[in-house]
Order: sequence, then structure tokens, then C-alpha cells
Amino acid sequence: MLDLAVIVNNFRFLVVQGLLGLGGFTGGTLRLAIPAIVLGFVLGIFVGVARLARARWIRLPATLYVEFFRGVPLVMVIFWIWFIIPQLLRLPIPEYGVALTAFVIFEAAYFGEIVRAGIQSVPRGQVEAATALGLTRAQALRFVVLPQAIRNMVPALVTQMIVLFKDTSLASIIGYVDLTKAAQIVNNREIRPFELYLFIAVVYFVFTYSMSRVAGRFERRLA
Amino acid sequence: MRYEFKWSVLWSGQSGSWLLQGLVTTLAISGLAWLLAVALGIVSGALRTVPWKPLRAVATFYVEFFRNVPLLVWMFFWYFGVPPLLPQVAREWLFDHAAEFWAAMCALGVYHGARMSEVIRSGIQSIPRTQFEAAVAMGLTTFQVYRLVIVPIALRLIVPPATSESLNLLKNSSVALTISVAELTFQTRQIETYTARAIEALTAGTVIYLVLCVGIATVMARVERHFAIPGLITRGG
Repeated sequence: MLDLAVIVNNFRFLVVQGLLGLGGFTGGTLRLAIPAIVLGFVLGIFVGVARLARARWIRLPATLYVEFFRGVPLVMVIFWIWFIIPQLLRLPIPEYGVALTAFVIFEAAYFGEIVRAGIQSVPRGQVEAATALGLTRAQALRFVVLPQAIRNMVPALVTQMIVLFKDTSLASIIGYVDLTKAAQIVNNREIRPFELYLFIAVVYFVFTYSMSRVAGRFERRLA
Repeated sequence: MRYEFKWSVLWSGQSGSWLLQGLVTTLAISGLAWLLAVALGIVSGALRTVPWKPLRAVATFYVEFFRNVPLLVWMFFWYFGVPPLLPQVAREWLFDHAAEFWAAMCALGVYHGARMSEVIRSGIQSIPRTQFEAAVAMGLTTFQVYRLVIVPIALRLIVPPATSESLNLLKNSSVALTISVAELTFQTRQIETYTARAIEALTAGTVIYLVLCVGIATVMARVERHFAIPGLITRGG
């Protein structure tokens, strides 16, 4: 029935290259997911703050950005970047660069919405009190609003990080060797789809489920 | 270097009919998967509230395992992993009748069913217990309480998150191109392959997705406003 030898024999390739991308390999789910989460969140902070700006010429492009990327599949965005960047820069970009760019641009729209909702969840009185204490608008945002907003954002942020972690599997469509692609490569040789795909499903699950458990504990401590 | 646009590739030759076929397939697969997702969501959402623990554990396992694994992995699992386990007759029938379509439908429906389950559960949990108690105090039977109070409120609370989850399903149907279902993104890529016009082809696909998503979201926002209960639901925006 279940042939676990296929997992044991290819464990090194699946986990060291596919999941971690260590040892001189050019792939890896984590090598893509971690920078994508960090950069996507940083860009998302700018997008979220821009959506609440007073000036219309800042607010409108940010709103269009969010609405556009939330109305388009991620697969489509990956193909856009894949075709457009080589055209613009006139040089070939490795799959890693294409995938990372696509994830950061796409996920920033979702992170931006979370940041916006988090900022709006801070009562207006806090801003007014900060202003009354003589803080500038930027200082009030930096020292009063954002620290409170980030606390409120934690659950939604973690959910989005889990979504992004799962989405990195789509980088395999353009040939990036992540965990999913590694399983595909092994399967082409061994023809053991049930065992291999179930195995990587369990690996993804271990990561995403423990992320949500850690977040739950962290959330209770902050509250 | 300047790029010379040539939009006519979208309506000359077969491109137009490919886009249309892609749109029809996307809508068909999303519609069927949506029905499956809602059914699974309601059943598993309800099972998570029953007093018998093993049943609750099964429902919880389904929800947590299926929504925490990438959809792409489920696509491969249902397309490559499941058919070899089926009896010979069923397998042959399946591969004569668009196996990739049914595999993608199962992958989408079962994955989003787990996510829909969470939407439904949190909708029901957000109804204050006092609503139930007040309805009982007014002399309604349990059946009447559900029909006249709980379900109407729950449906209204669920509309916004269920809409955004349904749109996620629609957008995620694009992942089906990995197992060569000829849906919209697949057809966009096909036009690109035949005409070597990447920007025009991708623009066409992107605009169709945007129109679908923004259109559905606008209609549902209107539905939500129309049925809103004053004082119960406040929504920013």
C-alpha cells in the first residue's frame, strides 16, 4: 500500500533543497517565503498608511492599487512579472527574482488592508490626545497609533502570513524549485503521487498549523 | 526600445473564442466548486458544534488540515494521487470525461469548504445568546427561533465574509491551469503562445477577472446594504 521508501530515499532532496534551499541549491520554499513576508509587510505598511492619507493624490493611487491586486488571481500577477520584467530591463531574471517580486507586490495589497483596518481600530481620542501633548502627526502615528494598531493587527497578519506561505507553492509554475516542485520532480522519476503529495501536504501543514498556534498564544499574551 | 501594441490579436483568429471558452470553464468550475464548498462548509460547521466529541474531532481535522495546505498541492493530489486508487472502470470513465476538470473541482471545493466552514462558524458564534433567549421568552418554539431569528441574522452577518471567500474561490480557480484545465488563465497563456503577444493576452485575462470580481463585489455590497439590520451591523468604508 503506502510506499514510504520513496519518501525516505528522497528525503534529503525534498527537505534540504525543496523546503530549506540550503547547501548551494537555488530553490527552497523558506528562502522565498521569509523575504516575501518581510518585504510584503513593509510595502503593505506604506500602502495602508497611504490609503488613510489626507491628500487625495496619495490616497487614490493606493486605493486603486489595493482594489486592482485584490481583484486579480496571483497566478496572473506571476505571469505578468514573468513577461514584463525581461521586456523592461532587457535582461533575463532568475525565477527567484520573478517570484519574489510578484509575491511582494501582490501581498502588499492584502497587508495594506490589514494595516489600514488596524490603524482605524485605534480610537480617534488617542490621536487627539497625542496632538494635545504637542506631537506632530508623524510622531503621533509612530509612537501612539502604530504600536496599538499592530497589536490589533496580529491575528489578521498571521493569517495573511500563512496564506503567503502557502502561496509560495505557486512559484513552481514558473520553474522555481520549492517543496512542491521538488515533489513533482521526484514523482516524475518514481511515479508515487499519492505518497509524495500527501507527504508535502503534511510538511506544509506542520508549518502553517504551528504558525497559527504560536500566534494564538502570542495574541493571548498581548491582550 | 518601444513596444508596439497590437490589440487585434485578441479578436483575430481563434483568440476570441478561446477567451470565451476559458471564461465559461472558469465560471463552470467555480460554480460547481462553490456548491461543494458551501455544502461541506455547512455540514462541517454544524458538526463542530455537536456534543459528541469524535464527530467534532473529525470535522476539526478536516477544516484544519485542508485549509492549511496549499491549493496547488491539493490539485496535484486529486489529479495524480487519487485516480490510481479508484477501481479500473471508474478510472477509465474519468479519463474519458475530462478527469482534470473533476479533480480541479474536488480540489477547489474541498479546500474552500474548509475555509467556508470557518466563515459560517464565526457568523453563527457572533449572534448574541440573548437573541435566542429573547425569542424563547416571546413563546417561539425552537424551530421558530431558528427560522425567524437565528438564520435570518446569521445569513446577514455571513454575507460580507462569504462574498470575499467566494471571490477567493473564483480567483483560485486559476490554479487549475497547472493540471491543464482550459480555464481563463490557461487560455490567456495559449493566446500568448500562439501570437507571442504577452502584454495584450495578459491584459485581456486580467480585465476579465477584474470585471468579474469587482462586479460580484458591487452587487453583493448592494445586497448587504439592502438587508442590513439597523444598529446590528456597522461596517466601515
